[in-house]
Amino acid sequence: MTSLLRSNHPKTANPSAKQKSWVPTLLIGVAIAYLSLILYLPALNVFVQAFSKGVGPFFDNLLSPNFQVAIRLTVLMALVAVPLNLVFGLCTAWAIARRRFPGRAFLLSIIDLPFSISPVVVGLMIVLVYGRNGWFGGWLQANDIQVVFAFPGMVMASVFVSMPFVAREVIPVLEEVGSDQEEAAQTLGASQWQTFWRVTLPSIRWGLLYGLILTNARAMGEFGAVSVVSGNIAGKTQSLPLFVEDAYKQYDTQAAYSAAVLLAFLAVVTLVLKEIVERKTRIKDLQE
Amino acid sequence: MTTTSSQFDRPTRKSVWQRLAQVPWTWRIMLSYLSVMLFLPLAAMFLKASTEKPADFWRIATSPIALATYDVTFTTSLVAALLNGVFGTLIAWVLVRYDFPLKRIIDASVDLPFALPTSVAGLTLATIYSQNGWVGSLVAPFGIKVSFTRLGVGVAMMFISLPFVVRTVQPVLTEMEKDIEEAAWCLGASQWQTFLRVVLPPLFPSILTGVALGFSRAVGEYGSTVIIASNTPFKDLIAPVLIFQRLEQYDYAGATVIGVVLLLISLVMLLAINLLQAWGKRYD
Repeated sequence: MTSLLRSNHPKTANPSAKQKSWVPTLLIGVAIAYLSLILYLPALNVFVQAFSKGVGPFFDNLLSPNFQVAIRLTVLMALVAVPLNLVFGLCTAWAIARRRFPGRAFLLSIIDLPFSISPVVVGLMIVLVYGRNGWFGGWLQANDIQVVFAFPGMVMASVFVSMPFVAREVIPVLEEVGSDQEEAAQTLGASQWQTFWRVTLPSIRWGLLYGLILTNARAMGEFGAVSVVSGNIAGKTQSLPLFVEDAYKQYDTQAAYSAAVLLAFLAVVTLVLKEIVERKTRIKDLQE
Repeated sequence: MTTTSSQFDRPTRKSVWQRLAQVPWTWRIMLSYLSVMLFLPLAAMFLKASTEKPADFWRIATSPIALATYDVTFTTSLVAALLNGVFGTLIAWVLVRYDFPLKRIIDASVDLPFALPTSVAGLTLATIYSQNGWVGSLVAPFGIKVSFTRLGVGVAMMFISLPFVVRTVQPVLTEMEKDIEEAAWCLGASQWQTFLRVVLPPLFPSILTGVALGFSRAVGEYGSTVIIASNTPFKDLIAPVLIFQRLEQYDYAGATVIGVVLLLISLVMLLAINLLQAWGKRYD
């Protein structure tokens, strides 16, 4: 909104610019230097290390069985976590956005809670519920179901840490859109489902997409929580982020960077998609 | 949804089940999902902690090694978050107020720590800040070691908490009217005075919120810090890593007690952040 307006008067923007033109240059320099030290050099390093000996080692690692299992597990985790959190996020947003009730702010903080809990604590809690000595441990063992140190536990961990994204992005959009159009649709005889599909969904689609992109990135990239519940067994319960750490600890730096570069690529794709969605919503804001 | 007639003959004598039937299905999905995914694990941890005798709880929570990890975790996170408070505000300022090449890409790249898995961040930070890495080799001649020390933990925490300050300050700065600053200049205030007296006060709540968000993220961080640290007790062992080690030794009580301490601190931080945000909104 206003972010677009600010560039309209670049010439008159800074009255004192003539005397002190070194200030912006200095500040920009400091900002870029800091970002380089903390973000850019580390990011660049991932690509340099991964391909320093050409693409050969990268593809060799890509073909190793443990690596392929790691890729498959990572994708599977996202495939389960994203739809689950999509349903939860949409229901939550729908339930909360249009109502004012006592304790609403409290409920919103509760939904945000997974972001404030340390990933290791998340893993610990899952172990305490589903682990061998946990609440359901005995029952699960009796029925020969393994949750902790197996795929279901890993999925639970990644679902937990990526839970709030969709709701958090959709709620403000729903609040802003208001319910007039939906009421109109229902008055004209649309069913609830039709109203959702034809009226609500189109108006929240960018916010929803934004939330899904973030959910996916976090579900695939989660390390701490998954690491606690997975047991980190190579070729069995090791997702890509765990593979990175394990390979590094085994002094197989090349393998670690081959996995890291894949994840870094995922991060870049996430950022690009995010930017595209942000731009779309900005253009929409301007049209209104 | 349920029929509207039942809304009239409320409230007292209905059974719980009848009332439950009135709850819209979106609420039911939300509440059951939250119960299974969030409340159940939370309850498991608090109940596990409550089976410890208070004296035992206190003994584990304040054992020397635990106290040392709190010190490393909280002091380092605080320093990292405060540094980001300064540099994050500066970055937000530069991104909002100046035009320069590649600005859009730089703006988008600030979110990198949100998108990059933490183990990748730890791996690459450990490499370039090691003694023969790109940055580490520059400071090594001065006898400064970064990777595998507490300083390295700090660098990892700076990495993961950077976007919080930038992204909370940026919108406030964008909304801020430039007229007031220009008025201050016209009335003869120096640039420095304008910044301190006019720009900073309305920004301050959002800077603090960003610092608090970054701090609370850094306190819980595990992936990047466990890789860049040597995880030596009393030196650079942080609380989340201690929990992990306790779990590996099947010391569930020890892990739970420290987990509860960390969780309670996150809850206090969450409360503080909400209060800060309310404070920031008083200008609206």
